Amino acid sequence: MITVNHLSKAFGDHLVLDDLSEHIEKGEKVVIIGPSGSGKSTFLRCMNLLEKPTAGQIIFDGQDITSKDADINKIRMQMGMVFQHFNLFPHLSITRNMTLAPVKLGVLSKDEAEEKAKKLLDRVGLLEKADSYPDQLSGGQKQRIAIVRSLMMNPKMMLFDEPTSALDPEMVGEVLEVMKELASDGMTMAVVTHEMGFAREVANRVLFVDGGKVLESGTPDQVFGNPQNERTKEFLSKVL
Amino acid sequence: MTNLKEKFISDFIVDERWRYVTGGLKVTLLVTLLALILGCLIGMIIAIVRCAHDQRGEIEKKTFGNALLDFFNAICKLYVTIIRGTPVLVQLLIMYFIILVSFKSKVTVAVLTFSINSGAYVSEIFRGGIMAVDKGQMEAGRSLGLSYIQTMIEIIIPQALKSALPSLVNELIALLKETSICGYIGLNELTRGGDIIRGTTFDALLPLFLVAIIYLLMVLGITAIFGRVERRLRQSDHR
Ligand SMILES: Nc1ncnc2c1ncn2[C@@H]1O[C@H](COP(=O)(O)OP(=O)(O)OP(=O)(O)O)[C@@H](O)[C@H]1O
Ligand SMILES: [Mg+2]
Repeated sequence: MITVNHLSKAFGDHLVLDDLSEHIEKGEKVVIIGPSGSGKSTFLRCMNLLEKPTAGQIIFDGQDITSKDADINKIRMQMGMVFQHFNLFPHLSITRNMTLAPVKLGVLSKDEAEEKAKKLLDRVGLLEKADSYPDQLSGGQKQRIAIVRSLMMNPKMMLFDEPTSALDPEMVGEVLEVMKELASDGMTMAVVTHEMGFAREVANRVLFVDGGKVLESGTPDQVFGNPQNERTKEFLSKVL
Repeated sequence: MTNLKEKFISDFIVDERWRYVTGGLKVTLLVTLLALILGCLIGMIIAIVRCAHDQRGEIEKKTFGNALLDFFNAICKLYVTIIRGTPVLVQLLIMYFIILVSFKSKVTVAVLTFSINSGAYVSEIFRGGIMAVDKGQMEAGRSLGLSYIQTMIEIIIPQALKSALPSLVNELIALLKETSICGYIGLNELTRGGDIIRGTTFDALLPLFLVAIIYLLMVLGITAIFGRVERRLRQSDHR
């Protein structure tokens, strides 16, 4: 689904991603862990070109998206992203939050989009919030809306950047539940998270990132149960 | 008292002199309204150019598009610097006697001058409003596949306008009052209307106070209208 070749990203002379290569299969769920500032978000954001790679190549669905003539907007339509701080549009109702992009981009008609929004809202148990505004929702509800807003575009892959880190503890579960459901539907997912329970349960593969490199990659059992790299061990001993 | 009544009659009734006031008021409103619309248009375009430039992040490559943006950004900055750095009266005189000297219509000269002038101020107001919108909003829009311009129009600008509204109203009030300098190019707007009566009847008191009261009422009207709009917007905040 997505192949990252020798990806580097520098902010000024601060090298954040250092010659990173990785491949994510269709339907695979990859959880990315690592210490703060290690470059996890930057890695994720490079995948949908919210950050422009300094060097390297990214192939998404057979297309070199780092090449000059790649249509960034077309590519992003197929890659959903969920942010730590939800980033719902506060001036638009929940329904409008969801229908704006597909209608503006001509993917769905207004009626189709509203129909689809209803179905998705129903699926995450928020149908009665269709006409509410983001400020009227709890954090967990906002994040569930943010997820279904991305799904409106029928993405081939979803990127999650610490989707539960800004939530009160009692709301983490409801968001992870939606993500698990998405995973079992076969969505290709790359998830940066500190929720090790989620990683164990859902991930096909866990990547440990530090210093802009993938230091360890394996099944949750391998990485959590029998880490090879010293820094992985050190990190896990702190968070587990 | 009879003195005042006589003055009133000679100031406003004789020869239908009240027409200087109403005619002037029309011109003042026309110039203000057109300059407001054009100024907002200019201001919005400048604000978008400057924000696109500033939010581009680090300069990645020397592409043609980037060079073009640098160029327009420099022009916009120069424009704002010059307009904000010189008195509007001087700008008006330069426009009338030099740049637009072939223009017959004084109204056009006034409208263009005040559009260009308030465009510079409005651009800074819009720019502040756009910069104040959380940058996650742009990222969310872009990550859904919307283009920069689509995200600007649908997501950023509506939020920016809301926070910029009080400053925009201030600018509108300043603009309305500033048009009173148009007398310098012989345009018969409200202030000059009152002044013509003063010059004819040699009574300063009534015509000038009347003009002042009309300005005051217009400003109060604008304040009241936009106060209501703001309250509406705040209600839709749902906090
Ligand atoms: N736009 C930017 N400009 C400059 N430096 C940046 C920028 N974005 C990130 N960085 C730097 O890059 C490094 C990696 O940041 P990144 O956000 O990818 O880390 P992270 O692994 O996601 O950390 P966290 O767990 O705290 O979210 C940090 O040192 C950060 O300061
Ligand atoms: Mg991060």
